[in-house]
Amino acid sequence: MKQFIIFVKKEFYHVFRDSKTLLLLFGMPIAQIILFGFALTNEIKNADIVICDYANDIASHRIIDKLEVSKSFQIQKQNLSHHEIENAFKTGKVKLAIIFPSNFNNDLQHANKAQVQIIADASDLNTASTLTNYASSIVMDYQRELLKDKSLPLQINTDVRMIYNPELKGVFNFVPGVMALVLLLVCVLMTSVSIVREKETGTMEVLLVSPLNPLLVIISKAVPYFFLSIINLTVILILSTTLMGMPINGSLPLLYFESSLLIICALALGLLISNITDSQQAAMLISLMGMLLPVMMFTGFMFPLENMPQPLKIIANAIPSKWYYIIMKSIMIKGLGFSAIWKETLILMGMTLLLLIISVKKFKTRLQ
Amino acid sequence: MTNEIVIKTDKLTKRFGDFIATNEISFDVYKGEIFGFLGANGAGKTTAMKMLCGLSTPSSGSATIAGFDIYKQTESIKKNIGYMSQKFSLYEDLTVLENIQFFGGIYGLSDMQLKEKSESLIETLGMKEDAKKLVGSLPLGWKQKLSFSVAILHEPQIVFLDEPTGGVDPVTRRQFWDLIYNAADRGITIFVTTHYMDEAEYCNRVTMMVDGIIKALDTPTKLKQQFSAATMDEVFFELARGAKRKAD
Repeated sequence: MKQFIIFVKKEFYHVFRDSKTLLLLFGMPIAQIILFGFALTNEIKNADIVICDYANDIASHRIIDKLEVSKSFQIQKQNLSHHEIENAFKTGKVKLAIIFPSNFNNDLQHANKAQVQIIADASDLNTASTLTNYASSIVMDYQRELLKDKSLPLQINTDVRMIYNPELKGVFNFVPGVMALVLLLVCVLMTSVSIVREKETGTMEVLLVSPLNPLLVIISKAVPYFFLSIINLTVILILSTTLMGMPINGSLPLLYFESSLLIICALALGLLISNITDSQQAAMLISLMGMLLPVMMFTGFMFPLENMPQPLKIIANAIPSKWYYIIMKSIMIKGLGFSAIWKETLILMGMTLLLLIISVKKFKTRLQ
Repeated sequence: MTNEIVIKTDKLTKRFGDFIATNEISFDVYKGEIFGFLGANGAGKTTAMKMLCGLSTPSSGSATIAGFDIYKQTESIKKNIGYMSQKFSLYEDLTVLENIQFFGGIYGLSDMQLKEKSESLIETLGMKEDAKKLVGSLPLGWKQKLSFSVAILHEPQIVFLDEPTGGVDPVTRRQFWDLIYNAADRGITIFVTTHYMDEAEYCNRVTMMVDGIIKALDTPTKLKQQFSAATMDEVFFELARGAKRKAD
């Protein structure tokens, strides 16, 4: 036990005496949460759209008023021909066109059925789908209003509901994703580099020749980074709740428990990487490149997993952060308890255990 | 130097696939002896040393270190040996004192012992003013001396030195050897690999390894007689000329 404390103390010296490590450890999460939270949200503001109002009646005016109130759109009213609309899209002047046919209100009142055409520039798929969602939800909103006034049922059967995140705030989806990204990256990078550094400087050999149990070496390496990661997590949580209004609807202890699981998983991964490489640069590269891309791609906070082809969906299942992301969204946004996420937790636990076993085994065979 | 044997190897062999790094090496080392382990790069010195330290398991053959079996009692061996690696092996971002306390601590020294030891060590090395300095800021020669002193902090029976004086100037090297003699006088057996043939002259007995085999083992004086050479350098050339392995 005394050896363990001495070792952990030494690890903390390493961390606090290296300004680069400190910067990476605490600067990166803060930078990322701000970057992703503010700059890179997929929330769209002031998108240029064109409205071609051939109807020019009460109904179309009411809908246009609603669209104008929304902060998402920068509206331009112009009755363009089909050809002109196409040109506007080609030059990138507009992202979306909404076209009301000439007898819009008439159709609505008498046939109880009317059509609005929404054309989006699908070359930018994410923006297009977000904008069409915004626009159609506004149209739906109007239809719901009409329903209240009328006794006759109107024929509307599209039902787009935005539950949990009615304002479609991107931050809410990004924060859990960034948490996963930061925890994984920082932990994997820190552990792998700190172990490989000892290999590089030759101190690892000295440790292995000493009577220290190799397992103790591993644990003592992991413990400081575990605690630092918990601090990191707290910083992210404080930042995102105060700066971005991110809610934490669920249980905080549960959140920390699940995060600890991911952290341990990351530590094991770092250990594994440190086993296959002998230089700090290589460890850094593998940790950064090997983690950043899969985590960004397959966690689900940047690219929706639902839209991915089957093989990619299967790959995504092997990425721990995907499960963590689902768990965090459930806890933070939906406010769900353990009963709702036990399956994901079990998967994450399994992955962690597997990685731990492999990396500890590998670490031991390297001594032989 | 006594007749008590502290290292005994018998046909110790390490294979990596088809490659035989050390081929049936057998020798005895006595208590308090300075035992030089010489050879060109790739001759198998480091492999042999790693087996003796318990860092690598032999493919065949047997050995006892400080009376403990190399296969079954590695834990006991580890408690009774010290090791200084080829690379400088202290933490550069820790102070002199912190390094001493860390390495003493992992060998299980008590707080009292640690305090006593570190004080006397700093005193002997004349590092009183530098005790709170980061090791990285010290000159290489000092680091090396400190490194050696840390390796024998727990009073091991044997200390293994893997090319300890690489890159050090001759004066510091001489001082370093004074430390080695000191330790040997206290009964610590020194097992040292080196490239420097003048250092070979400082050893009580010298082993020459060529292509994984022990080609010669005797006192420097007798080796020079045997090969009718004036210096150890010539002995080494005579023996290494037949080497087939390229340096790695």
